[in-house]
Amino acid sequence: MIDHLPRYERIWLLLGIGSIIVFLVVLGTLGIFVGLNPPGHMRTIAPEEVAATAPFDEPGVTQLGPNEFRVTMVARLFAFDPGEITIPRGSTVHFEVTSPDVVHGLFIPNTNVNIMVVPGHISEYTYTFEDEGNYAMLCHEYCGVGHHVMMGKLVVQ
Amino acid sequence: MQKETKRDKAKFLFDPGDRKLILAHIGFSFFAIFAGAIAGLLQGLQRTGFIELPASIGYYQLLTVHGVMMALIFTTFFIIGYLYSGVARTLGGSLPSGARTTAWTGYYLMVAGTVLATIEILTNDASVLYTFYAPLQADPLFYIGMALVVVGSWLSGFAIFAAYAKWRRANKGQPSPLFAYMAVATMVLWQICTIGVAIEVVFQLIPWSLGWIDKINVELSRTLFWYFGHPLVYFWLLPAYIFWYVNVPKIVGGKIFSDSLPRLTFVLFILYSIPVGFHHQLMEPGISSFWKFLQVVLTMIVVIPSLMTAFSMMATFELAGREKGATGLFGFFRKLPFRDARFFAAFAGMVIFIPAGAGGVINASYQLDQVVHNTLWITGHFHLTVASTVALTFFAITYSLFPALTGRRITPFINKLGIWHTIIWVLGMAFMSIPMHIVGLFGEPRRTAYTTYMDHPVVQTWEPYRKLIGIGSGLLFIGVLLFLFIALYMWFAAPRTEQLDEFPIGEVHDTGHRPPPILERWGVWIALTLILTLIAYTVPVMHIINHAPESAGVRSW
Repeated sequence: MIDHLPRYERIWLLLGIGSIIVFLVVLGTLGIFVGLNPPGHMRTIAPEEVAATAPFDEPGVTQLGPNEFRVTMVARLFAFDPGEITIPRGSTVHFEVTSPDVVHGLFIPNTNVNIMVVPGHISEYTYTFEDEGNYAMLCHEYCGVGHHVMMGKLVVQ
Repeated sequence: MQKETKRDKAKFLFDPGDRKLILAHIGFSFFAIFAGAIAGLLQGLQRTGFIELPASIGYYQLLTVHGVMMALIFTTFFIIGYLYSGVARTLGGSLPSGARTTAWTGYYLMVAGTVLATIEILTNDASVLYTFYAPLQADPLFYIGMALVVVGSWLSGFAIFAAYAKWRRANKGQPSPLFAYMAVATMVLWQICTIGVAIEVVFQLIPWSLGWIDKINVELSRTLFWYFGHPLVYFWLLPAYIFWYVNVPKIVGGKIFSDSLPRLTFVLFILYSIPVGFHHQLMEPGISSFWKFLQVVLTMIVVIPSLMTAFSMMATFELAGREKGATGLFGFFRKLPFRDARFFAAFAGMVIFIPAGAGGVINASYQLDQVVHNTLWITGHFHLTVASTVALTFFAITYSLFPALTGRRITPFINKLGIWHTIIWVLGMAFMSIPMHIVGLFGEPRRTAYTTYMDHPVVQTWEPYRKLIGIGSGLLFIGVLLFLFIALYMWFAAPRTEQLDEFPIGEVHDTGHRPPPILERWGVWIALTLILTLIAYTVPVMHIINHAPESAGVRSW
């Protein structure tokens, strides 16, 4: 097959394939050695029992250390619980989120917090908020007629 | 009257039976693009704050119409019509009558399915968008309609396979004509990938929406959908590539650069467009990082056949230009027929595919997807790929195919209109897609009705881009109207041709190389595809089946 390829095409493809390999090595290194992986987790929970199952029976913010918090959140039609969060600048936040009804998202613009919330599953992601500001927590997966009003506020002081 | 018909017949390149079949498919696709454009305009103007909708029409209902009509119905009908035309032309001049019966059965199933689904969407019983993610639960008839469309399209594939098999039997040892080969490859890809959505719809969604089962595995349904959803985009792209590889060389007055490499690219597309669906699910739970990353690697391999296509296109252009006396490194470029709407529209599509493809690489890049997933960036991305590259090529196909199909000429006026239509389309997409990419990076979510998020400060940075996107929607609506005018004029009103009008199908540049016979051994490629798919999917899917809790249906619209 390779003899069908003209010389210039071989060069062109080598450059292309070479860039893809470099690219994948960078992505893989960041994932495996730096721990930069997209959100997601393997923990599950029965959707109809979310309100009765710890820790989601008491959604809220728990302080774990001087600048470390856990946010236990329920995303439901059409609100986040907790809907308002205030944390100090430089806080590391461990999000754990689930849904008792349909698929939602938890997306905080201007950060890398971009989480799909699938009923039956607990999504986890850790992010450190270095900059002060008023952040919006938005549902970014279509969930129904009130999808565009499903939001919360996160203030970093 | 009888005499008139006879005289007309002589002027048509296609057998009357094939002609009717192809026009039925392409004609129906025009209804879909028209309905999709109306819904697209209204939802586009709503979400950008230009208009408010009456209480009886929902934003998400319109968005469902737009997605289903454009992404599923327009594309599928148009593609199948186009594939029939090239298969009939290159495999002996007409489709075998058995194949034609199968083709018509498929057509009516798809039409019936479309009508059912459309009724359900219009009565607001299926505002679930074209991805119909569970546990949003639509009326059963919506899912049944979708299933009919898929089953109908399988019959269309069988019709193409039958015509191809008949030709192979009659021409033993010969490599099949390039168009027919590529049409078979496209439908092989389609048959393999639609199995996923068929399992989702038939074994999960239909029994669940009928109340036969209470709950379904949501993560499984999403995984089955995206097993289908990514190759779906290649099902749109491959027919555009067929036009570039087979028809464009003739239009530019050149030859097909190679008879083997295009076949290899299509085989690579079958192999690597299927085991990659997880790159649409990178942000979700229930799938471990290892399997996500594995599919990211496989996704990147699918870039290679597109790089090969880019090379072939430039080589074809250069060969054609030099034959016309072009000199210098890029002199051939000026010999290209930019004033021919058939070429100009397709060429615009090719150029747009450069940023569109680069955007796709970004989206599939594992961690990088966190920045763009489910933002308007993604909407901007696929409006460059399917709605620009693919759609512009489909417009070019219409201009190229219709004279042979309808026996009417492309008049200079229509050609000029076609050029203007392309310019309006490119402008409209620039106004829409570029701001979508930017505002997506600023955090505006996709698939969301107009909202100020309680006047949240973050929204203020979005406002100017929303205006541009709205203007883009308006331009594109004008673009669709212009396209339909041109197409219908060429169908019913343009002056008749004096002689047989050729459907431009290129000849192969003779290099002395015959395509290796292995490329035509479909069993090998299908088996390899299944093996790759099993490697990429078995373990994570078994985990989902064994561990993911199930959900009851919700109607939240």
